[in-house]
Amino acid sequence: MVDLIIFVVLLIVGYVFGQAIDQTHYRSIRKRESLLRNIPLIASRKLPASFEPCKTELVTGNVVISVDFYKKFVAGLRNLVGGRVRSYESLIDRARREALLRMTEKAKALGANYVFNVKMETSSIPSGRGDGVSAVDVLAYGTAVILERQAPLIQKVEAPSPGMMNLRPR
Amino acid sequence: MILTTLEYVPGKNITKHLGLVQGSTVRSKHVGRDIMAGVKNIFGGELTGYTELLNESREEATERMTAQAKSIGANAILNIRFSTSNIAQGASELYAYGTAVVLE
Repeated sequence: MVDLIIFVVLLIVGYVFGQAIDQTHYRSIRKRESLLRNIPLIASRKLPASFEPCKTELVTGNVVISVDFYKKFVAGLRNLVGGRVRSYESLIDRARREALLRMTEKAKALGANYVFNVKMETSSIPSGRGDGVSAVDVLAYGTAVILERQAPLIQKVEAPSPGMMNLRPR
Repeated sequence: MILTTLEYVPGKNITKHLGLVQGSTVRSKHVGRDIMAGVKNIFGGELTGYTELLNESREEATERMTAQAKSIGANAILNIRFSTSNIAQGASELYAYGTAVVLE
């Protein structure tokens, strides 16, 4: 009986605190993302030729985010029937966005204009007894590009010449 | 030493490829942090201790990779990748690797 009471208390505490932390974190993520929108993250491996001369620098950002008791319990129940584990989706989404933000913040501190070739790396940190995931670790890394002169973001598109028009399939 | 995740360094030519360089470190969590993490596992939220631990470990792995590159005479490492694996209960390996090159 005592065990059951402890369990229910943990579940309620986990739910209340977990949801509160979730929402505060999402609010902070959205706020910082809007502040950092002027530094685009690009998965491309090659810089446009117009970017040279520029400096490059490796930037990384990592975060470890823990599950809460309620999330773990819900995921445990989900394991019985299978399907979408909504409680872990928000966890990994927060971790990814936080890692990207930390990386972008470092790039901003260097005065970077872009971050190229962004890669992500995820791993789980199992709890001591090995009973499922207890925390998720996300690393985001990429190359910060610091332009030495301001390159035009979009190249001027030239109007197609008459010769090119003829090549159009009919 | 230039470190980059790109396959080249803009504006510089590669004069020599020196092959793969790597650095790794295996870290274990310590008990004090584990107790704190146990408490956090009920409430949720960021495990700052672990974040720092992994950050330091990755820096260590990167330093080892850089030292190896220096010892073979490289002045840049291209196409750097990081990798993490759980090799045993409570221990993870942080691994960094890339291509060592000589730039003009």
